Amino acid sequence: MIEARGLSKRFGDVLAVDDLTFDVQPGRVTGFLGPNGSGKSTTMAMIMGLDHATSGSVKILGKQYHELRWPLREVGALLEARAIHPGRSARSHLWSLAQYNSIPKTRVDEVLDRVGLIDVANKRVGKFSLGMGQRLGIAAALLGDPAVVLLDEPVNGLDPEGIRWTRTLCKSLAAEGRTVFLSSHLMAEMALTADQLVVIGKGRLIAEMPVAEFVAHSTGNSYRVRVSSPEALMTVLEGANGEVVLSADGSLLVSGLDAKTIGDLALSLGVAVYELTAQASLEDAFMEMTGSSVEYRGVS
Amino acid sequence: MSTVTAEHQWTIDEPSGRAGLRQAVSAEWTKFWSVRSTSWSLIALLLATIGLGILSTHALSTGPATIDPIRRIFVGFNLGQFAIGVLGVLYISAEYGTGQIRSTLSVMPRRSVVVGAKAIVMGGVGLVVGEVLSFVTFFVGDAVLSGSASHVAFGAPGVLRVLIESGLYLALLGLIGLGIATILHNSAGSIATFAGAVLVLTLLVSAMPTFIIHAVSRFLPANIGQTVFALSAPPRFATIPVFSPLTGLIVLAVYAVVLLAAGSFLMSRRDT
Ligand SMILES: Nc1ncnc2c1ncn2[C@@H]1O[C@H](COP(=O)(O)OP(=O)(O)OP(=O)(O)O)[C@@H](O)[C@H]1O
Ligand SMILES: [Mg+2]
Repeated sequence: MIEARGLSKRFGDVLAVDDLTFDVQPGRVTGFLGPNGSGKSTTMAMIMGLDHATSGSVKILGKQYHELRWPLREVGALLEARAIHPGRSARSHLWSLAQYNSIPKTRVDEVLDRVGLIDVANKRVGKFSLGMGQRLGIAAALLGDPAVVLLDEPVNGLDPEGIRWTRTLCKSLAAEGRTVFLSSHLMAEMALTADQLVVIGKGRLIAEMPVAEFVAHSTGNSYRVRVSSPEALMTVLEGANGEVVLSADGSLLVSGLDAKTIGDLALSLGVAVYELTAQASLEDAFMEMTGSSVEYRGVS
Repeated sequence: MSTVTAEHQWTIDEPSGRAGLRQAVSAEWTKFWSVRSTSWSLIALLLATIGLGILSTHALSTGPATIDPIRRIFVGFNLGQFAIGVLGVLYISAEYGTGQIRSTLSVMPRRSVVVGAKAIVMGGVGLVVGEVLSFVTFFVGDAVLSGSASHVAFGAPGVLRVLIESGLYLALLGLIGLGIATILHNSAGSIATFAGAVLVLTLLVSAMPTFIIHAVSRFLPANIGQTVFALSAPPRFATIPVFSPLTGLIVLAVYAVVLLAAGSFLMSRRDT
């Protein structure tokens, strides 16, 4: 259980997290979705008490992180960048974390086995590949058999098998009644793994809804419409109870109306229709949703 | 969407109480010995103290009696203090450099407990290693001097004081290194600061007007060291006020405690 209330974080001029309020419930996988630089890692760091909130608060299991009695037995986290001294072996790294929370030594090999690193347990972590590093991070998160699991971009650097393994793991952890909160900027992966979504853009909450609803919303009747005079059509579509978003490129994203209605309304208005396409892809829906709040956009 | 199940209750073997200093010390002990920089620093420390001690006494063994042969035996401690300072610095700065500190603070979010555990391990290892090295340095150096005019008996007045306090000095310098890095986080910056405080500052002050030398000299770690690893204060301190060795060590302990406390306070204030 995670409760964020008006959580904000400012780095100098950058408001990295802006008044976020959301809940993460146990027993399901909650996806934390947002474009690069939208504030996911910063939010995770505030949950973990690594970064201090500029304002607002976040509680985990009803407490502030530093109030947890046995942090690793209550919360397991995979942090974004590899947070491990490269000179230590995987086994000594995990053993030192275990000792901090009186976790028995046998547990170290159990989790190494579970993530498939038992054969390289004595190898220095610096020699690990990106994917092995991610697996070691996941092993650390599982060490204390925690009630809450936080994973920041867990599939980064994993091969397809590793991605599938992570997905299955997250689902089974949630099925055991744990709170699972994982961030990603990949909508498609989230659609397969998560039950619930918290979507942010530029540090602000954009949506908090079940994945099923998000999917229905985005694949149902959402259309991209390109016309000669978008503003005029927008007024008419909204008059017909459509939900319309005017994109930066001048196209409209319309939901709540079917293609025939949109086409008919355009004809009655006398505007030329250049494009009327169903928005089938989740990625598109995600981009549409966060479109105005993307921090770093490539030139295309 | 899956149905929401009740929050899982983990009743299995959660110990009573909470994770604290005892757990932290055992974890930090593991961490201390599982990186290579520890053995490198300790080897450097060993070579500096015993090695230089042998070289320095060797030159004495045939000449006339020296005033304070103990100072010659312990000459390597002036170098060894840098090795243990670097060890103390790296013990925490490497965690910041590699991101390991984020893992550490995830499993023990109370910064003072982490710093306290590191100080106990560093201080404990520093003390044991320091005492062993100071006794070994003495006996090796003394063996080289045996039969010469400069030979000192183990039972001679003041010798045991030097042996015990020299080990203590090394332990405290390790803690000062740790304290500096707890504040600065950065390895290079912390090592430079440590070297600055021990070496550069000492040279700088000695080039200052007399009234500054009189006011400041005795507070400098290296000058305290000069009185600790010798039976009597070196001649150049004849006209300058110095602390007794024991007072000097107490001053160093105050430095270490202040630095570590400030570092721990700043760690709880700053983002990681
Ligand atoms: N320590 C810091 N100092 C200054 N700015 C920071 C710091 N950490 C993050 N930021 C800024 O805060 C914003 C949010 O960054 P954050 O890493 O939380 O995003 P993210 O959603 O995790 O992105 P990604 O998908 O790339 O991992 C960015 O604009 C980033 O530049
Ligand atoms: Mg991130």
